[in-house]
This record gives sequence, C-alpha cells and structure tokens, in this order.
Amino acid sequence: MPETLEHAVKEVGTERPSAAAPAPPAPPLLELDGLTVKLGRRTVLDGLAASLRGRAIGLLGPNGAGKTTLLHTLLGFHLPSSGTARVLGHDVRTATREIRQLLGYMPENDAFIAGMSGVRFVRLMAELSGLPPEAALERAHEALFYVGLGEARYRPIGSYSLGMRQLAKLAQALVHGPRLLLLDEPTNGLDPPARARMLELVRDVRDAGEVAVLLSSHLLRDVELCCDEVVVIKNGRIAVTADLAAERASNRRFLELEIRGPQAPSVPVPDGAAAATPAGPGEVESEPLEAAFAAAAQGLGCEVAWSGRQRLKLVLPEGVEVADLYRLAAEREVQIRRLAFERTSLEDIFLSAMETRPRAGASREVPVGGL
Amino acid sequence: MAVYEHAYRRYAGALTPLAERPRVLVRYTLREIFGSRLLVAYLVLCGLVPLAAAIVIYLHHNLSALKALNLPLDQILPIDASFFRAVVRGQCWLAFFLALGIGPGLLSADLRNNALPLYLARPLSRPGYLWGKSGALVMLLSAVTWVPGALLFFLQAALEGPAWAGHNARLLGAIVASSWIWIGIVALATLAVSAWVKWKAVARIVLLALVFVLHGFSGVLKHGLDVRYGDLVSLGQMNAVVRAALFGQAPPDAVPATAAAVGLAVFAGLCLLALRHLRAYEVVR
Repeated sequence: MPETLEHAVKEVGTERPSAAAPAPPAPPLLELDGLTVKLGRRTVLDGLAASLRGRAIGLLGPNGAGKTTLLHTLLGFHLPSSGTARVLGHDVRTATREIRQLLGYMPENDAFIAGMSGVRFVRLMAELSGLPPEAALERAHEALFYVGLGEARYRPIGSYSLGMRQLAKLAQALVHGPRLLLLDEPTNGLDPPARARMLELVRDVRDAGEVAVLLSSHLLRDVELCCDEVVVIKNGRIAVTADLAAERASNRRFLELEIRGPQAPSVPVPDGAAAATPAGPGEVESEPLEAAFAAAAQGLGCEVAWSGRQRLKLVLPEGVEVADLYRLAAEREVQIRRLAFERTSLEDIFLSAMETRPRAGASREVPVGGL
Repeated sequence: MAVYEHAYRRYAGALTPLAERPRVLVRYTLREIFGSRLLVAYLVLCGLVPLAAAIVIYLHHNLSALKALNLPLDQILPIDASFFRAVVRGQCWLAFFLALGIGPGLLSADLRNNALPLYLARPLSRPGYLWGKSGALVMLLSAVTWVPGALLFFLQAALEGPAWAGHNARLLGAIVASSWIWIGIVALATLAVSAWVKWKAVARIVLLALVFVLHGFSGVLKHGLDVRYGDLVSLGQMNAVVRAALFGQAPPDAVPATAAAVGLAVFAGLCLLALRHLRAYEVVR
C-alpha cells in the first residue's frame, strides 16, 4: 500500500534527487519565525518561533490560546502582521497556493456542502485540489471506505450524524493525498466510540508514514495518543515545545523499585552502599541484601537513590536493561516486588506550561516572565 | 488501491492546471441547477419569446406563408432596432427572474453550512471561488439574453442578406453589450446579497426590493417630484437608458446615458465591495 514520498504532488511537489548528488536535508514540517498575527487591534499570535519536524505534532492550549488562528495563518486565511511561517519549506506569505496543495484541512466547526451525497462532496473536494474527475471519484470512494463511511457514501451529507460528518471532513482532508494534515479539534462533539475511532484513524494515517499530522486540541489525551511532538500555546505565545517521543524514551530509563530480601534484623547501611542512600549513611536503614543489590546496581553503572526503607530509584545507563536488574536480584536472592517506570505525562508538561514553571526536558521558547 | 484494503495512500497521479479549478465549481453548480425540474421548465419558457421573434422574422421573409395566414406585411412588427431592443428587454427581465431563482442559493448555502473554509483551504482563491460559483449563473443568463438575441440577428441577416448585416452591425454590438451589462449587474447583485444573507428566501426578497422598490422610488422622484435624475435610483431604469443609447434610441426626457452608465458602475463597485465580506472565517475584532 504505501508508496514512496518522492511521489509528491507533481505540480508543486519536490524533485527527485539524482543518484549521484547527496539528498538535501528535508525542510522542517513547520518553521515559525517570529510569527505575529493581529486581528484588528488584538494580537492573537505573538512572535511564535519554533522548528518542528515530528511526524505528528500536537498543538495544545486552552480555548482562545491561538491554536486555530495559527492553523488559519498556515492556510493563508490570515496574513502575518510580522514574521513568517514556512510549511514544508514554503513561505505562507508568498506561496499560499503551493502550501494549500500540500495540506489537508479538517476544520473545527461543522462544515459541509448542502444537498450533496458523501461521495459527491468528497469528489468535489478532490477535483478542487486538482485531481482529474475519474481519479477524484475513485479516491473519494477509497477515502470514504477508509474512514468507515463506505456504506453511507451515497446518503446526503445533511442526513449524517455529527460523528459521520466529522469522518466525512477527515475524508475530504485526505482525499487528495496531502503531505500535511491539519486537524482542528477532530474529536469535538464525538461520543467515546466515535472519538476512539477518530483517534485510531489519525494514528493510522500517521503510521502510514506518508503524511504528517498537525493536531490542534485542548484535550491532552488526544494529543498524547497521537503525537510525538507537542507545542503548548498560551495567550498567543509558545509556552513550551516538547518532544514527546524523546520524553517517553527518557521516561523508560527512570525506574522505581520496591525490593525485599529474606527477613533479617536491621543493620546499619554498610559503608560501600553509603553513596546510594539519599540522605547520608545511617539515616535510611536498608537490609544488607537490599544494600548489596543496590551496590551491585551501582556496579552496573546505574545511578541509585533510596527513597524509602526498601524502595530504590534508579536511572539505567545505556546498555543496561531491566532484565539485568532481575538477574542481579536473583543472584542476591532479593525479590523485586514492584517495578515502575516513572513517567512524566503530557499533563505534567501542560500544567507546567500553564503555571509557567520551568521543567526539565522541555524547551521554553519564550521567557517565563512573558507568559 | 482497491477500496477493500481500507488503508491510506497518497495520490501520485497528475494534477489539473490551477486555472481549471474554478471550472469544477461551474460544472457542479450547473449539474445542481439542472437537477431542479422547475428551473429547467423556466429555462424552456425563456426560449419562447426568442422563438416567437424567430417566427416573426421568418414570416417577414416568406410571402407565401403570410398569404397562407392571411396577414398583410404591414401588420407584422418591423425588423429593426426597436424589434431587437424589445426582445433583449424582455429577455433581460426573464434573466433577472432566473437569477432570482438560482443566485441566492449559490453562496448562501455554503455560508450557512460553513463550507467556505473547505473550498478556500484548497488551491482555490476567493476570486476563483466566486468566478466558479457565478460562472454557471452567467452561462445561463447568457443563454437567455444575448445568445438568442445574436441568433435572431444572424437569422435576420441570413434571410435579408449580407448588406443588411453590414448596415446593422451596430445592432449585434448593442444586443451583446446591453445583455452583458445586465448580466453583470444581476450576477453581482445576487452574489453580493447572498454573501450577506444566509437564507435564500430572505435573499430573494432583498433582491426583489433592490430592483422593484427602488424602481418605484425612482418613479416617485421623477414623476411625483419632477427630479430628472430620479432614474439613477433604479437599476432597471438605468439599464434601460444605457440599452436605448446602445441601440441608438435614447429618449429625450431620460437622464444622459453616461450618467446611467456611471450609476451602474457605482452599483457594481458597491457589490464588489460587499463581496469582500466573503471570507473563510469571519474575524471577530
């Protein structure tokens, strides 16, 4: 099914690099360069700057933060007051048509063309994007089957339920094979099964690898499920950008362990394990076997800290896996009663951004004081 | 990809040129219009006047037919500028009612259902969208006004001979120009009104008021208050003055044709300004 990305849109698309020349680096999906948008006297976006390359970028922020205005600016609906934005290397000020050719847009509000069947609606949208009539009809059928509206494709769109209309909007955004899909609150008003279906489709599109996704939402769960990079916007400014994929990977290196050795009277912590205790030797007493386990983990290169009598926090170095800890525990007859990855959730990132608290692992694009 | 695969793939085929995209809208709009039997019936009705005019022209050149019908030649309308002007005037009014049926639905339905962002998020500009939407209307109005007018002219020229055609070439220009002026005014007015009014019925009432209420007001100004330039309030009257001038038959008591033409141009400009309201999203300032 997947075809190569080099089959870009012919009229405005990329050129296939020659075999001899090294391929030029692909432009970022989205580059914001001091982007400011004023609507009337109101500054809605204020000096946004970021370079985003993820396959699925989440645009998070409370209502009124400027997410939709940013999408509209990328589509050329609003002109930047100053600064600019580049979508797949094209400047929004000078190459609106080229950008629109490469984008698929699913608006936030209910939007459809009255008096048309689903297939006719999607076909019209495909033809307006430049597909010849026959190809547009074929793709319209495919897109509607893909989103799960195959059986309803001959029904008038006006008779669709809200969930079906959302899916039809997704179908029209996908039908012409865009390189970047802009989804504005795609799960708005959907019941839980329809929401799950929509998110599954978004993940499926993302995983197909042929189209990148920019998902605007105020629902953290939607972004967490679908995105590998997140931009948090607050009051028209970027509060935080975070690489969720890297965040997830780094989270996998932090462990919390609860261990238990054979019952034995407490003894002070041996000198060799002293460095492992968080508050100095003797303050948190640990069993000798547990202490030996901690020392052995240190020997593997782990950073170890006691967080309780039989609780350890570990940072695994590269090359050391959880299985190695189990092996150490078995050798020292220590039971691992509980093992948990300590995760920094998107909620932490978002709340941190909203509270303007600095947080490790996320780059702050604007001064904290400016938020 | 066959539909049963239910998987996403990009489109890798050729694209149509950008200039052709508005034509897609024209095609879809025409298909929608011809889906209405009432409108098709009205279009047929619009063909009856030119048909009757064609019969008159034919009778003028067929003495045996006149004898058979027992009609003397002097009882038949003369085929001159007045004849063509009358045909064009009738067709222009039929065209207005056709626009009243089609026009308000062109934009108002899209506005009501928030469809504009769907169109304008594609490589289709706002003028392209307007051109695509109005293209179908302009085609149908042409089919009712200058196309039958020109056909009648060519029929008369064919029957009368090339000398008549050469001598009356101005009539053809007048038929086409006066029809296009009316088409432009009517199309712009319907688009401008439907860009502001989301409901078709209300848009129709506004259009009717724009033409007939202003015409009545113009009559009051001109005949009741003796204001010579009262004609400039009425779209129909301004168009009639310009049309008469184009046919070389300007009435002495009417406003100058130049003033009427300027009045129509100002109205068209106002309509274009009103169309600037049409945006993908309404910006709340």
